[in-house]
Amino acid sequence: MGLEYVRISPGFERYMPKDYVDLVKYGQFGRQVDVQQLGQFKELVEEHPMCAGCFMAYFIRIFYASLPNPEDTIVIGTAGCARLALSQAAVPFVYGNYGDTNAVASGLKRALTIRFPDKVKDVVVIAGDGGLIDIGFGMTMHSWFRREKFTTIMVDNEVYGNTGGQESGMSPKGVQLKMAPKGKQFDKINAVELAKVAGCVYVAKLAPTNPKRIAKTIRRAILAARHFGPTFIHAYTSCNIEYSIPTEKVLEDARKREKQDFAFYEWMTDEVREYFEEIEKQSQEVKV
Amino acid sequence: MKVVPGPAGYIPTPAVFEGVELPPPGKALLYGEIVDEEVAMREAAKALLTRRNPTIFPGPLVLWGWNASAMEKAKAVLELAMEIPNCRIIPMPDYRPKYPKIDPEAEINPNHPNLTILHNKIEVCIFVGVHCHYANLSLRMIRAGTNCFTIALCAEMGHEDAMVSLRDVHAEEIRRFKDVVVQVREELGIKWEPKLPPENPSLPPENYETISVVDYGEYSYLLIPRKGEYVPESE
Repeated sequence: MGLEYVRISPGFERYMPKDYVDLVKYGQFGRQVDVQQLGQFKELVEEHPMCAGCFMAYFIRIFYASLPNPEDTIVIGTAGCARLALSQAAVPFVYGNYGDTNAVASGLKRALTIRFPDKVKDVVVIAGDGGLIDIGFGMTMHSWFRREKFTTIMVDNEVYGNTGGQESGMSPKGVQLKMAPKGKQFDKINAVELAKVAGCVYVAKLAPTNPKRIAKTIRRAILAARHFGPTFIHAYTSCNIEYSIPTEKVLEDARKREKQDFAFYEWMTDEVREYFEEIEKQSQEVKV
Repeated sequence: MKVVPGPAGYIPTPAVFEGVELPPPGKALLYGEIVDEEVAMREAAKALLTRRNPTIFPGPLVLWGWNASAMEKAKAVLELAMEIPNCRIIPMPDYRPKYPKIDPEAEINPNHPNLTILHNKIEVCIFVGVHCHYANLSLRMIRAGTNCFTIALCAEMGHEDAMVSLRDVHAEEIRRFKDVVVQVREELGIKWEPKLPPENPSLPPENYETISVVDYGEYSYLLIPRKGEYVPESE
């Protein structure tokens, strides 16, 4: 892989679909883009079959635009809404079985480190609350206990969205869903605290209301995972279908939740903090 | 079992389950039987010259310049395309699923190759530079749902579900196949001046140099943070 992956064989430029020609010419490969330029460069993901107004689709768009090194990144997902868009992006995607994403990612990251000792290969798991904290709970926790160097992002829609609306461990207490008519009896799992205790070196929680902040958080999580250990982002990505949020109110809902239980939260170990401070200092010196 | 153009019906038994074996080095598969390479090449050439809408489906191993041999192979594929009368090139740049829909005139997708073949009424095609797993998937689907004659130019051991399958095909072997095509063409008395196939007809690209956030109208709020919510540059 690497940049050779995105070089069209001579003579074939005229036979490639324009999408791919654009991807090479105006894409993200080999250069850094600002997330606020979204739409002004060829994105890694464009078409997707997710529901109208899906906030997860928005988060995934921002996620791809934020990747620090898309040509050397592998994304792992599992059954759930997110993989519908993830599998259509121009970044290699591995579809893990339900619940084993972090085990697959562990093996993959180790293999890539052996196979490409002189290159940095980022591995990122994006899965839902069901894939990571319900069914995949054991494998997620153990990858953190083992301090595997990859990023885990939970796109938390607080429900099993595409199987009819069953409650998940991440659904808030008391919420009534189509397949949970009595209301959920237990509290929402505190995934962020679990991640901290389990050994993650960088943990963040956010509601995707500010693209720049999402981008910064994702980049931080990926950079920290390269050098120090597991990192985790808990993102609120509402399911507007199962929670009956009108399409035009989806962002409003995210802002509301941001004020309630999804205020931006970031935690990192001291060594990670020092690392970021060092990088920021260097980049400021370059600017000066 | 004789592997012939379909439609063989929904989910046909794979040829390998019916006893078709991959050829040893130096041999090829023709309708599921092991024959000399020359015989298979001539039959493939005949199909390319006599059936409607011959098309080459180059895969990622040819389309992307991974290394010098990929680029050389790409060059050889273009030389072959020039010699086939009214040939078209429809690429398979990667294997990701594409929903809601692909543009069947611009590309072929291994997850639903029949869309491209049926839309363009392709009756003979060449697979080259497609990773074996996806070639197997596509070739079987094509045999299931279309009447397309499939030719697999495989760099590995070949494909049982293709009507003609050549093995260990690299740039040199593609050029050898091209010579056979030219020879058969002359034998059949078909007059043809070598020329490149037509360009990809996909839609004109977006002009990324002039587009701005403002062009996103009511959706631009998704790109611009709220007032006072300043987030410094990420590292």
